Amino acid sequence: MKKELLTIALGAMLTVGVTGTATAKVEGDTIILGSSISLTGKYATNGLHTQRGYDYAVDVINAAGGVKVGGKSYKLAVKYYDDESTPARGAQLAERLIQQDGVDYMLGPYSSGMVKAIAPVSEKFGVPMVEAEGASRSLFTQGYKYLFAVLSTSEQYLATAIDMAAASTSDPKSIRVALAFEGDPFSMDVRAGVLDKINEYGMKIVIDDQLPADLSDMSTTLTKTKALKPDILIVSGHSKGAATAARQIDEMKVNVPMIAMTHCEAAKVHEKFPNASTGFLCPTQWVETLSKSDPMFGSAAEWNTGFKTAYPSYTSVPYQSAQASAAVYVWKEAFEAANSFDKDTVRDAIAAVEMETFYGDIKFSENGNNIAKPMFMRQIGADSSYSLVEKFDDMTFPRNVKY
Amino acid sequence: MLDNLQLLFVWAPVINIQIILEGIFVGAVFALSAYGLALVWGVMNIKNLAQGDFVIMGGYMALALTSANVHLALTMAIVIVTMFIYGWVVYVVMIRRIIDQDMFVSLLATFGLSLLMQQVMNLIFGPEVQTIDMELPVYEAFDGMVTIPSSKIISLIMAAIIAVTVILFMKKSRTGQAIRATAQDARAARVLGIDTDRVYAFTFAFNAALCGAAGVLVSIIWVIQPFYGITYSVRTFAIVTAAGLGNLPGVISAGFGIGLFEKYTGMIMGTAYEVAAPVSILLLVLIWRQISMRRNRQVVK
Repeated sequence: MKKELLTIALGAMLTVGVTGTATAKVEGDTIILGSSISLTGKYATNGLHTQRGYDYAVDVINAAGGVKVGGKSYKLAVKYYDDESTPARGAQLAERLIQQDGVDYMLGPYSSGMVKAIAPVSEKFGVPMVEAEGASRSLFTQGYKYLFAVLSTSEQYLATAIDMAAASTSDPKSIRVALAFEGDPFSMDVRAGVLDKINEYGMKIVIDDQLPADLSDMSTTLTKTKALKPDILIVSGHSKGAATAARQIDEMKVNVPMIAMTHCEAAKVHEKFPNASTGFLCPTQWVETLSKSDPMFGSAAEWNTGFKTAYPSYTSVPYQSAQASAAVYVWKEAFEAANSFDKDTVRDAIAAVEMETFYGDIKFSENGNNIAKPMFMRQIGADSSYSLVEKFDDMTFPRNVKY
Repeated sequence: MLDNLQLLFVWAPVINIQIILEGIFVGAVFALSAYGLALVWGVMNIKNLAQGDFVIMGGYMALALTSANVHLALTMAIVIVTMFIYGWVVYVVMIRRIIDQDMFVSLLATFGLSLLMQQVMNLIFGPEVQTIDMELPVYEAFDGMVTIPSSKIISLIMAAIIAVTVILFMKKSRTGQAIRATAQDARAARVLGIDTDRVYAFTFAFNAALCGAAGVLVSIIWVIQPFYGITYSVRTFAIVTAAGLGNLPGVISAGFGIGLFEKYTGMIMGTAYEVAAPVSILLLVLIWRQISMRRNRQVVK
């Protein structure tokens, strides 16, 4: 009899113990999401944009009643660690989140490089991660089962610029292209997408320069550009590439009818070089004039106003924040669809997500990237404003620049 | 590559002028910071790995001052003075303690200083690429094929003034003579009544001031970012090694030479190889020295 009691007691203790660890990620009525994010170091600015995007979404979702699982309402909360913009630290912190803090649901870090470092860890422990800031194509060719990204992948960034160049003439084969790309994984992906399009149209590449990582001077590439007079110039090298290019395009009075580059907004080329940047084509993951909406955040414009009210320091909101909010929203939908906290059930629910949001449509491919949302292209006008360009007729061509 | 050569010498030879000009502008900046490194290396035998970060620090100070609407000439003066003081403080706090240690200690210590400076600048100014845009006119020549921004002309003039002042200072002034004496033989200098500790402090501070001046020029003509220091460190090391220690006019001409070489490499092989150019020169010089000094080498038994 005594022995039986002991067994029951032990069994009860074990059960409590097991559920104790199993529910570490759900404390009381709060679901804990974990994220290692760059709050210091070279990605600090964009890391902060991301964190605010997460925080804003959490606040809105909690204020609207939280997440309903099994007929009960749960609040969301995010546990952050600062990865100091170093991939090795990111991987360490991901392990700490999962193993020590018992986090079973992850939000992504900032940048493809960081996701690349963290994904193997979350994959090893079978912890689903919804990320919003890693666009590199190579993330989705590894066969990861627990990695999902709400944003468009990098090879789509500038491909539309080539489509537009092709539409500018009746003979796309006659178009001469100048390319200047940094050698990092992201820019190389962007380049691959551009090259596919160039080959598709049979255009001619006249300059194909690789920019160094510590880029502060690309005058030789631009000198060549002036001599060869291509029809379109395409640049990709993160914010520093955009800033350097805009500054030197201005200084060297480079007059190419079409110029497309990534990170115009992040580098604020429209503010710093209003003359030279007139007519630049800039890809973006999201625009606040997008005609998409959802019941949680409303329309894109409503999310935009809401975010600005929460963080009044922003004059224009970076898309990094918007996609971060969208990632949190995916978690809410997945929990509710799964109606469970089991991480594999939730993982399958994420994989099955198909929803319209203020950020655009979200539907994941087998590989985890979002295939429902296109990339958008905007052009900088003479008044330094950005306007959406959906087809060739929408844009000013050739760019009307006064040096 | 063949296309680029053709472009340079057949289709549009006029762009040679642009490249030579760019090379000269680059060279002027390199020459300043390399001169400082040659001094510190030659006089104190300290290999300062934070050289490039001193340059970037000068750039950020210039950025902060010009955004507060301080005139450029005044900015230059303030940066030089502040960097001089900063250099002196670094000497007293750190360099003095490592000056008699072996090479690795000085490399490690200055590398640590470099990391510290990068992170502090990153905290204060943020990781974004920044630049001083003075909105000065740009001159054009040869039907717009060659453009010369006034900012680059101004920076070249500033570099020339500083270089001439430095050379005169080293030749004529008592302190300059003391520095040269210490470089030749520190012990003899001490015997003759030169306060070598003071000379060391002055040399290091002087180097920081020169780097600061170079930094002002960098922020006017290119862009700066907290982590860009390393490229300037690498280039100055290449220049000083190529020119040889104790050959100060050689350092200045090597600065211009490497500037030109870098630009031509970039033009012919592509921009990615621009950064590799000074390093390849460094390699060639080292190989050449190995060969040419072979006959002097002996085995000590």
